[in-house]
Amino acid sequence: MMQMTYREAIRKALADSMAEDRQVILIGEDVGVYGGCFKVSEGLVKQFPNQVIDTPVSEEGFTGMAIGAAMMGMRPVIEIMYADFFTLIFDPIVNHAAKTHFLSAGRFSCPIVIRLPEGSGTGHGAQHTQSPEALFLNESGLKMVAPSNPSDAYNLLRKAIRDNNPVLFFEHKLLYDTSGPVTPEDIEIGKAKVVREGNNLTLISYSHAMKTTLETAELLSEKGFEATVVDLCSLKPLDVKTILTQAAKTGRAAMIQDTAAMGSVGSDVLALISSDRQTFDLLKDPPLLICGKNSPTPFSKDLEKNAVPNAAESAEKIINHFFS
Amino acid sequence: MNKDRSFCIRALTLMYSSRFFEEKTELLFRQGLIHGTTHLANGQEASQAGLCMALGDKDWIVPTHRCHGFTICRGSSAYSMFSEMFGSSHGLAKGLGGSMHMPDKDHLNLGSSAVVGSGIPLATGIAFDMKYNGKEGLSVAIFGDGASGRGSLHESMNLASIWKLPVLFYCENNLYGMSAPSSAMISVPHVADRAQAYNMPGLTVDGNDFDAVHEACLNALSYIREGNGPYLLEVMTYRTKGHSKSDRRLYRSAEEEERWAQRDPIMLYENKLIENGILTADEISKIRNSCFEDIEKQASKALEDSSDRLTEQEALDLVYAP
Repeated sequence: MMQMTYREAIRKALADSMAEDRQVILIGEDVGVYGGCFKVSEGLVKQFPNQVIDTPVSEEGFTGMAIGAAMMGMRPVIEIMYADFFTLIFDPIVNHAAKTHFLSAGRFSCPIVIRLPEGSGTGHGAQHTQSPEALFLNESGLKMVAPSNPSDAYNLLRKAIRDNNPVLFFEHKLLYDTSGPVTPEDIEIGKAKVVREGNNLTLISYSHAMKTTLETAELLSEKGFEATVVDLCSLKPLDVKTILTQAAKTGRAAMIQDTAAMGSVGSDVLALISSDRQTFDLLKDPPLLICGKNSPTPFSKDLEKNAVPNAAESAEKIINHFFS
Repeated sequence: MNKDRSFCIRALTLMYSSRFFEEKTELLFRQGLIHGTTHLANGQEASQAGLCMALGDKDWIVPTHRCHGFTICRGSSAYSMFSEMFGSSHGLAKGLGGSMHMPDKDHLNLGSSAVVGSGIPLATGIAFDMKYNGKEGLSVAIFGDGASGRGSLHESMNLASIWKLPVLFYCENNLYGMSAPSSAMISVPHVADRAQAYNMPGLTVDGNDFDAVHEACLNALSYIREGNGPYLLEVMTYRTKGHSKSDRRLYRSAEEEERWAQRDPIMLYENKLIENGILTADEISKIRNSCFEDIEKQASKALEDSSDRLTEQEALDLVYAP
């Protein structure tokens, strides 16, 4: 077990993967000497001079290129500087990476990882702070993970790089400096984790909103309400079984997320819980979704901060909804 | 001109097979035996055969949505291609792809992108793998004049140039991107003029002259094989059919079509073979008939077997790789 930051955990996963397989390469803008916009790949180019590749500002071009290389057997990891720039790689990801295996009846696969630094709270304005995961949810053929802590970040990235499918790896910028123990573990993509046990309600979340969720669970505990907390870890495939079991267990389910509601992970989680007869019959209350504002991220500091849920507000909403 | 008899027979065979494949496809659509859509490449056979006969057995292609001719010329069986269009499990993509998706790993064909110009970066990626891993071979990004407007082409040409990747950017300029004349949509007289901006050689040749295409390809490929990086080759040709099966060709005149009919690449090549005493008219006619019969046979066999389909579960199991 090692103590490290989320950023260091991602870097270590990259380094360990590159060391064991030279087909693993890191491609992106300023990932070399600069160390990546968020210093995630700092130092890697010295250690792996051939495997860390700086590109021109050509997201579509180098992502498509990496897909072609992946179809030949390489395992490229792409860093998209800000997740917001996903718009530029939508075509290669959606029309090619996601459909490669299907459209070749299994003759080609596309083992590629796209790293997407996402999230608000950095004052970078509406085009550098989005969390675009919902826009990919409906895309068959993709896998999506969104770790909330250093250990999951390490293990999920290691796993994503070995996966034979395209995996979108959402890393939240506000988590880079958070620290925690990292234990190598064979974590399965598509499996959620129960990270806290409680009998009064079940809280479900992922990525940065997990931090808010755990704080919310503390506040609720102070008021005498004990929460089970589920960290989704993977967004696609979703761990339907854990979601339903844990929701049914307490009969009260709330999802906390930073993105807006419509067509999001949370709206899917709520739909799963409310449309499964067995789970529904065990619910004591309608499930609750606590989510980000339906707005581009504002620049102004307080407005930006309030665009995503915080623990105090979440606890209050939960008490009003379930316990009053 | 390569006057080797067996070479010429091979060239003629590939061009006939491509042509008869398209003619049969059109008929099967008219008869309602194939659903969906298709993009026929009648008139572009010299471009397809000329390129493919210049390629080596380690070279990959990424064709366009108008892919049948390239797929045949690269060596795929017409049976597996017809089967694909019948939606049967004997197809190159087991019936999951259709007319625009005919990847064939055994014949180093990555398959097409049905998004115009989106296959180009993938071809660059094949070349990246070759360079990175020291593999032999090169890759060919095939695209049309329409796709030359895509950012994906320009980004890929730049990437291939800065990293000296072994890619042939092969533009089949058939004068129209759907209904849009290339003269109205492209800011330079020739797509090959773009090469200069990306520091690579660019050349435009007559795409209906098999030998011109083949020789230009050989030259371009040897330039790439010497490690010089990418090359942009443009072949000027004409699709004699519409863009797809719904096209009424209102954007061009009957006179123009007639002018190009006089420059039919197969007819030009037949005449050349006779003039040069390589094959007689009788011999040519025998080759033609044999290609026609072969395509007929493969189409009937594919139709016969077309009720073999993937089950829903088998299809769903292919969404993710194991």
